[in-house]
Amino acid sequence: MTAFRFLVNGDPVEVAVPGMRRLLDVLREDLGLTGTKEGCGEGECGACSVILDGEVVDACLVPVCQVDGGYVRTVEGLARRQAGERAADAELDELQAAFLRTGGAQCGICTPGMLMAARAYLDAGGGPDEGAIREAIAGNLCRCTGYTKIVEAIALAAGGDR
Amino acid sequence: MTIRTEPRRSAPTTPARSAPDALVVEPGTLTSGRARTGPLRREGPAKLTGEAKYADDLVFPGAWYGATIRSAEPRARLIGLELDDGFDWSRVVVVTAADIPGVNIVSLISDDQPVLVPVGGEIRHHAEPLALVAAPDREVLRAARRAIVARTERLEPVFDPEASDHVFAHYEVATGDLDAGFATADLVVEGTYRVGHQEQLYIENNAIIAVPREDGGVTVTGSLQCPYYIHKALKRTLRLSDTQAHVVQAETGGGFGGKEEYPSIVALHAALLARACGKPVRMVYDRHEDLSATTKRHPAVVRHRTGVRRDGTLVAQDIEVVMDGGAYCTLTPVVLSRGALHAGGPYRCPNVRIRARATRTNTPPNGAFRGFGAPQVEFAAETQLNRVAEALAISPLEIRRRNVYRIGDATPTGQVLRESVAGEEVLLRAAEAAEFERERERTARARAHASAGGPDGPGGPGGPGGGGGASGRRVATGVGLALGWHGAGFTGSGEVHLASVASIELTGQGAIRILTGSTEMGQGTKTIFPQLVAAELGVTDEAVDIAPQDTAIVPDSGPTVASRTAMVVGGLLVKAARRLRATVEERNPGRSFAEAYADDAAVHGTTRIDQQFEPYPGVEFDDATYRGDAYPAFGWAACTARVEVDLDTGEVAVTDVVAADDIGRVIHPVLAEGQVEGGTLQAVGYATIEEIKLADGRYLNDRLATYIIPTALDAPVITAILVEAPFSGAPHGAKGVGELPMDVGAPAVVAAIHDAMGVWIHELPATPERILTALGVTGTGTVA
Repeated sequence: MTAFRFLVNGDPVEVAVPGMRRLLDVLREDLGLTGTKEGCGEGECGACSVILDGEVVDACLVPVCQVDGGYVRTVEGLARRQAGERAADAELDELQAAFLRTGGAQCGICTPGMLMAARAYLDAGGGPDEGAIREAIAGNLCRCTGYTKIVEAIALAAGGDR
Repeated sequence: MTIRTEPRRSAPTTPARSAPDALVVEPGTLTSGRARTGPLRREGPAKLTGEAKYADDLVFPGAWYGATIRSAEPRARLIGLELDDGFDWSRVVVVTAADIPGVNIVSLISDDQPVLVPVGGEIRHHAEPLALVAAPDREVLRAARRAIVARTERLEPVFDPEASDHVFAHYEVATGDLDAGFATADLVVEGTYRVGHQEQLYIENNAIIAVPREDGGVTVTGSLQCPYYIHKALKRTLRLSDTQAHVVQAETGGGFGGKEEYPSIVALHAALLARACGKPVRMVYDRHEDLSATTKRHPAVVRHRTGVRRDGTLVAQDIEVVMDGGAYCTLTPVVLSRGALHAGGPYRCPNVRIRARATRTNTPPNGAFRGFGAPQVEFAAETQLNRVAEALAISPLEIRRRNVYRIGDATPTGQVLRESVAGEEVLLRAAEAAEFERERERTARARAHASAGGPDGPGGPGGPGGGGGASGRRVATGVGLALGWHGAGFTGSGEVHLASVASIELTGQGAIRILTGSTEMGQGTKTIFPQLVAAELGVTDEAVDIAPQDTAIVPDSGPTVASRTAMVVGGLLVKAARRLRATVEERNPGRSFAEAYADDAAVHGTTRIDQQFEPYPGVEFDDATYRGDAYPAFGWAACTARVEVDLDTGEVAVTDVVAADDIGRVIHPVLAEGQVEGGTLQAVGYATIEEIKLADGRYLNDRLATYIIPTALDAPVITAILVEAPFSGAPHGAKGVGELPMDVGAPAVVAAIHDAMGVWIHELPATPERILTALGVTGTGTVA
C-alpha cells in the first residue's frame, strides 16, 4: 500500500490505502468527510461531485492514486469556519446562503454535489445566465426540486437579478 | 384568492448561522393576509454544510455489513439453499426463514409476503429475498454471497395483469343510469390508455442500520418515511415488545412513497442479521439493488367510454381500471381505491360506472409513489377528455369549464362538494398565465401553413406545429392542458382508523417541543410544524423545538404519506397549541402565553398536550358500499405544457410548464412552490422518458445509466401558481400539496404532443418510438 498525499479543503492529508480505492471512500470512510454522498456509484447522479484541481469530478469514479499531490474541495470546505466550529454553525458562503434563501435544498442528498458543481461554475466566472447554469449542473440529478430553485439560487449567488 | 409568486429579486442575505433568519417574501404577492413570511428551512444549514447525517453517514463501531440473497427467477419453488463447503462459514452469519423468531410476514394489508421465502415455499418474483448474510467486511461478504446458491424448480409465471386470476382488490363506483346516459349522448368516444412502472428514484438509496439492544430488542436507524410501520413489523417478526422495537429516522434523502413500506423489509433483514451476529449490521442498498428490488408505481390499463352532448356536456362515463399489483399485495388495494375514486376526473357527470381491479403478477411488488393511483387514471381521463374536445371541435379549456365541479356538485360516490372547490380557478389561472388559447391559435396557424405545403410544410423547417428550431433542427411546437383533483389525506375512513396523535410539550425547563412521528424527507415538515405552532402560541419560530422522529420519544402521528402531514398532523398541532396556550394563560391571568410560559414551566413543571384526531365534521364514508365522502376535501391542479417535438427523431423537449395548484391555505409559499415544481418535473419524466423494461419478470434497466430521469437541461421552465381555497375542517385551512402536481403533468404533455404532431399517444411514456409509430397509424377512438 502506498501513501497518498493531497490537500482537502486546504488541509494536508496522507492516506495509506490501495491506489484504486475510490476517492469517495477515502473521503467518507478514511477521512470521515461524509458530506459527499453516494447515489449510484457509477458516475450518473453527481451526488459525489467534488472539485479536484478546479474541475468537477465524480468522486466515485476517481481512484485515489489520481489525486496524489492534488487539491480536493468538498462541501465541508465551503462555509467559513472558526477552528473547532461545527460546519452547521459556520458562516455559510454566498452560494449556500442563496440555496437556503431560495429553497434550493429539499431532501438535501444531492445538495453537496450540486453545490460543488455550482461552486466550480462560479469560480470559473460563470454568471447568472439560466442556460449556462443548467448546463453546469446537468451532471447532477435532483429528484425533489424540479431544479427551479436550484437554478434560482445559483443565479442569485452569481449576482444575478433573476 | 390567488397567490402568484414570481422569482424574487434580491441580493444574497447575510449568511445564516444555526438559527436561520426569517425569509421575507416580497409583499403584495399574497392576498390571504397570512404567511407573508416563512422561516428558512430548519435543517437547511446542516444539509448545506454536509453536517446532516443520512443513514450511510452514521458510524457504528464494530458494525458488520449485511446483504440479501435474491431469487433469479420470476416464479419457482425454493427447493433448498446450498452453502459451498469450500467457504469458511465461521466468519459470517447466514439467516434463512427458519431463523425467524416470530411471524415470517411483512404486510400492511394482506398477510401474503414473506420476510424470506422458506425452503419449500414459492418464489413469486425476481429479486425476492431468500436468505441474508452478514460479514465483518465487504470482501468477505462478497465471497459469502457467491458461496450461497438457491436450488429451485421453475413454475409458470404470469405477467399479464388482465390475464391473472388472482385479484388483490376490486371496486365498483356507480351513480345514475349508464344506459340512459349514453342514450342521450350525441357522441360516444372510446379509448384505451396504458401506463407502465415508474421508479421513485430518491437520490439516497434504501439504507438501515440495526443495533442489538441490551434488553434483547433492536434499534434500527435509517432512511424511512413511517417509523411506526417499521415498529409494528419488528414487533411481529422478531417477537419484540413496544420498547424492545426501537425505530429512529436518520436524515432521509427523498422518499416519494418509495420509503413508505419497503424500509420495513430492509429493517427486518438488518435486525435479523444483527440478532444473529450480535453486532450492529449495516444494510445499505446500492442503486442497482434498489432499482431491481424495491417497489414502483403500478402499471395500469384504463378503458374509457364517454357519452357527451354536442355542447360538450358529459352525460355518461364508463371506466374500467386494471392495475398490476406485482407479486404481493402491499398497499395495492388502497392505491386502487384512490385510482377508482379519481378515475372520472374532476367533472360533473350524472351517469357513471367505474370498475377497478388489481391483480397479481410475477413481477416485483408495486407500491406507493406520489399520487398513489391517481396519476395513472388522471392521465387516462384527461387524454380522453382532450380527445372528446377534439371530436366536438371545442377547445380543451372550454370543455373543462363546462364540466368542472363547482360547489354543490356531487361526485360518483355521492359526495357533495360543499366547500374548497377550485377546479375552475386553477384552470383559468394556468390558462391565463400560459396564454393558452393564444398559443393554441398560433400552433394551429403554423399547422395550417405547414399542411398548405409552404416552405415549412410537413417535414419542412417549421414542421407541422410550426416554429423552426435553432441550429437547423426540424421541430414542431405544441401546447397542452390538463386539469386534475386529488383527495386530501387518507381515503374514506382511513384517518378515523389511524387515530393519529400529535403532541406539544412545555417542558419544566421552559422549552416548547413538538412531538410527532411525521418525518422530514425534503417536504419541509420540520419547518412548517414549528411555524404553525409558533404562530398559535405567539412566540418566535426559533422558540419552538421539534423532537427527533424516534419511536421512544414521539407518538404515532400516522404515516408520512397521502399529502396528509400539513393538513392532518399540522391541524392536530394547531389544536394542541391552542389548548396549550389556553392552559398557560388561564394559569397566568392577564399575561400572554409568550410572556408567561417560562415562569409557568418553572412553577408547574412539564405541561404536555396530546391531540388525537377527531373526524372532520360532516364527513362520512361507507367502506362497504363506497358511498359518501371519499375525502374530507380535494386539492385542485391545472397544468399547461409547451413542447418541441423533433420531427426526425420523435424526441420531445418540454420547454415550459405552468402549474396552478389549490392547496387550501398556504403555510409556506417557498416550500409549497418547491413541492409543485418537483412534482411537476416527476410528472414530466413520467410523460416522456421514465420507463421500466421487463424481460421474464426482471427489470432490464435497473441501473441509473439506463433508468433515466430528467436533468436540469431536460427540465422545463416551471411557473408555479399557488391558489388558496381553504378547507374549514382543518383549523389552519391547509390541504395537501405533495401529490397534487404529479396528477396533471403527463396528460398536459401528451396533449401538447398532439397539438404539435396531430397524434394521440395512448401509452406512457411518450417515447420517440411511440410518437413515430403513432404518426403512421390512425387513432383508436370511435365516433358514434
